Amino acid sequence: MAKMNMLQAINNALDLAMAKDDGVVCFGEDVGHFGGVFRATSKLQEKYGKARCFNTPLTEQGIAGFANGMAAQGMKPVAEIQFADYIFPAFDQIVNETAKFRYRSGNEFNVGGLVFRTPYGGGIAGGHYHSQSPEAYFAHTPGLKIVVPRDPYQAKGLLLASIACPDPVIFFEPKKLYRASVGEVPEDYYELPIGKAEVLQQGKDVTVLAWGAQMEIVQKAVEMAAEQGVSCEVIDLRSILPWDADTVAASVKKTGRLVINHEAPLTGGFAGEIAATIQKMCFLHLESPIERVCGLDTPYPLALEKEYVADHLKTFEAIMRSVNF
Amino acid sequence: MTNPNNATITTVHRAEFTASDALKIPTLRILQDDGSLYDGATAPELDKDTALKMYDTMVFIRVLDERMLAAQRQGRISFYMQCLGEEATTVGSAAALSDQDMIMAQYREQGALRYRGFTLEQFMNQLFSNEKDLGKGRQMPVHYGSNAINYMTISSPLGTQIPQASGYAYAQKLRGLDALTLCYFGEGAASEGDFHAGLNMAAVHKAPVLFFCRNNGYAISTPANEQFVGDGIACRAVGYGMKAIRVDGADILAVYQATKMARDYALKHNEPILLESMAYRLGAHSSSDDPSGYRSKEEEALWRKNDPIARFKAWLLKQGWLDEAADNAKTEQLRTDILDALKVAEKVAKPGIEHLISDVYAEPIPALQQQLDELKAHIHKYPDAYPITAGRLD
Repeated sequence: MAKMNMLQAINNALDLAMAKDDGVVCFGEDVGHFGGVFRATSKLQEKYGKARCFNTPLTEQGIAGFANGMAAQGMKPVAEIQFADYIFPAFDQIVNETAKFRYRSGNEFNVGGLVFRTPYGGGIAGGHYHSQSPEAYFAHTPGLKIVVPRDPYQAKGLLLASIACPDPVIFFEPKKLYRASVGEVPEDYYELPIGKAEVLQQGKDVTVLAWGAQMEIVQKAVEMAAEQGVSCEVIDLRSILPWDADTVAASVKKTGRLVINHEAPLTGGFAGEIAATIQKMCFLHLESPIERVCGLDTPYPLALEKEYVADHLKTFEAIMRSVNF
Repeated sequence: MTNPNNATITTVHRAEFTASDALKIPTLRILQDDGSLYDGATAPELDKDTALKMYDTMVFIRVLDERMLAAQRQGRISFYMQCLGEEATTVGSAAALSDQDMIMAQYREQGALRYRGFTLEQFMNQLFSNEKDLGKGRQMPVHYGSNAINYMTISSPLGTQIPQASGYAYAQKLRGLDALTLCYFGEGAASEGDFHAGLNMAAVHKAPVLFFCRNNGYAISTPANEQFVGDGIACRAVGYGMKAIRVDGADILAVYQATKMARDYALKHNEPILLESMAYRLGAHSSSDDPSGYRSKEEEALWRKNDPIARFKAWLLKQGWLDEAADNAKTEQLRTDILDALKVAEKVAKPGIEHLISDVYAEPIPALQQQLDELKAHIHKYPDAYPITAGRLD
């Protein structure tokens, strides 16, 4: 075990993946010698050479297309999109190409092993072009897998699992936690399962569900609720696609209540999908309407970020609404 | 002094523009209409077997195109795209490759596919989206692909294969393979952002790609002069720091020679090269398109005389490699074979219901399996509404 922040855990995962398989190649804007603007690929070029860790021109569609081609050839490209806000020029390559590669060819070709790493989310005073959480756009695309880690241990295990995955993965990294989240991380190779939610805290009154950077927000709210005598069951979804409906449903059948929290705007956000599924699976067990605590339906603000975000107080209020319904 | 701008600084002291037509790219022609060579031209090294394989491939796809366009008109298949007038472009370039080279095509390159060995049955199975189709009946007709012969499955969105070719070729280089990637696209697709992205990525990362532009004059109805202003597509390569060559697309010897030369260079130097083949899309864009709305019969008639197959045939006859009577008999036989294969393929069953969810992921995710189970129960209830699958459910 070693103490690592999330960036160090990601860097360590990439290092291990590159050492294990010479088909693993890391690239993106400023990813080479500089190690990426957040330094997630620090020292990898030094260690594995310019051919396997390199800068690309400023072209997200080019990065994604290049990654698709490399993966189709059998390599495992780990392509960085510098900010999730800038992934949209690559939308066509990801949605129409990456996601459909295996399906449309009848399994003649596939891009398994391809991982798009991209920092997402707010909390860094980044305004609307350095704070977005675009996971729901991609969750609407069969063929992709979407993973969001909450801490360094999760980040390393889930990233290694993503690189080993036979399907393409978008790996959203909560950039707010890059340096802020520190924890014990095994130095050896390990994988954590994609598609499995994790119950972080058992409880009996209400299920509180989130992922990524919002986990520590909901933890805070859950502690506030505990002081009011409310027992929360806390679940980290960990992957949005596929998502672990069974674990969530089992919990909601027990508690009868569900609060979902995410950073992205409410309308069309992934909480809607979860709510629809869970109300169907748990209809007769529900004691109150499913609550969604999300960003407002606006672009991500700068000066009024505090007001906008799905913070612990809004989450606490939703928990109380749910139990007092 | 360092050069942070990565550009040659040649100093002048009087303001002057560089002309937009400063770059003149010549067009390589070797073969004349009558089968003789132009003065000063030399035929590429081409043995009789290869030459005849090229010729047979051209004839095959022309007959296939005629027959399948008719089949579409009869309502037997939903859609078709012919490559009339461009047979030399795709066959000549494919013939210059090694079988290990990856081909990433746009959609009108059945000549290259056939040259690689795609069988008549495979064509038919794809066109009829039956259960023997390698693509499992998932894509519209002409979206062929085959791993075994290194021909990437076609994708409808235009230009997406261009940056993919750069990545594929980069991987070939990294793996130390003695192979490159040939990437076909049209002059219309060259307007897509992926063109710029792909060429720049390949140039910067020294990926051995042959970017092969089929400039056939039209993108559906839009003529090339409404697509771009510069001198064709080849001149753009120079802007990316890439070599370029332009050929007469109806001259198979020119296409073959240029592609061969480009392949040798690209592999030796690990560099991308752009080829531009000047041809004319004699047929409609697709079976859903009618060119009479945007171009004249006179224009088409003029280009019809520029037949790449007739030109190559004249050369083969001059070489004494082709017997006209035998060739005609062979073509007749081909017509029969194609019709027979069509009749077989259209009777083959459609893919089973399990292929609705297979290959979305390597293994179906739980939600998909559940959706399939629910669907099967629904079909059991209303079998008449789903005749393709109702009789074959477990």
